[in-house]
Amino acid sequence: MSDNTEKPRNRLALWLPLAIFGGLFALFVHGLMRPADNNVPSTFVGNPLPQFDLPAAAADRPGLATSAFRTGKPRLLNVFASWCVPCAAEAPQLAALAQAGVDVEGVAIHDRPEDLARFLANNGNPYAAIGRDDKRVVQIAIGSSGVPETYVIDGQGVIRYQHIGDIRADDVPMLLGKLKEAASKGAGS
Amino acid sequence: MRVAFLAAMMLVVAVPVAAQQEVPPAPFAYRQLPDPDQEAKAKALMVTLRCVMCQSQSIADSDAPIAGDMRSEVRTRIAAGEDPEHIRQWLIARYGDYVTYTPQIKPITWPLFAAPVIILALAALLLRGRFKRGERIDTGEQA
Repeated sequence: MSDNTEKPRNRLALWLPLAIFGGLFALFVHGLMRPADNNVPSTFVGNPLPQFDLPAAAADRPGLATSAFRTGKPRLLNVFASWCVPCAAEAPQLAALAQAGVDVEGVAIHDRPEDLARFLANNGNPYAAIGRDDKRVVQIAIGSSGVPETYVIDGQGVIRYQHIGDIRADDVPMLLGKLKEAASKGAGS
Repeated sequence: MRVAFLAAMMLVVAVPVAAQQEVPPAPFAYRQLPDPDQEAKAKALMVTLRCVMCQSQSIADSDAPIAGDMRSEVRTRIAAGEDPEHIRQWLIARYGDYVTYTPQIKPITWPLFAAPVIILALAALLLRGRFKRGERIDTGEQA
């Protein structure tokens, strides 16, 4: 008589492992099919730039300090290096942004002055100032995990947007839009 | 002979590093703190921080240049007397929870901490049922 009551429960127990297997299988397939995103976005966006005062990295450009970002006008902060290949690829786009009247400030990571001078001679120099960050102090302090990265900083020195990787041609209008957005935000606060 | 071999090996190993890092590394990237207590503290923290470049390694393990700079940052702060957990929070504010291998207690991590308790409770319930049935069989009762 106990058989009658236990049978349906046993049947459920029989199918449960298969159901769990099916669920896990679906989960793993989903994980494998999804393209990997290895970017580590900065969680520091929305915060004011930390205090820093970097020495000049190039002979014909001044160094870079936090005070340069508190002039009321939004700027781009470009983290780059002469040894970084995508940094050369984004040079025309940075030049186009500078041409459009954007102030582009550079932070050169682990760069010797002679290497940087060669890089700027080959790829153009869109920077208003270039700070030399040999110990990645500024890079780590703003949550940047690689080169190149570009940040939109509003007129009060608050980080408004982070772009990871090189700037492609179709990123230029997007960044100009973010700068405009930052201008209205910076004026409001 | 042995010394020559070692020297040759060192050259082979050192060349790729030199190619990527022509600027000398940050002061405490590859150098321990002089105070062993402080170094132990820094080391304990560094093994639980993830390198944001080689993402499956801690900054203590990784040879990526940025990991070296992060080690130097951590050691400099420890030497200045900063609390290790404060440094962890400072990095989390910049790179998110991603940067720490030690899970943080947050709303999203509650299953992680609750799961062992729930599983133990379920096991206790299950065992109680089994033991009860066993007792009945021992005393000759039929279900």
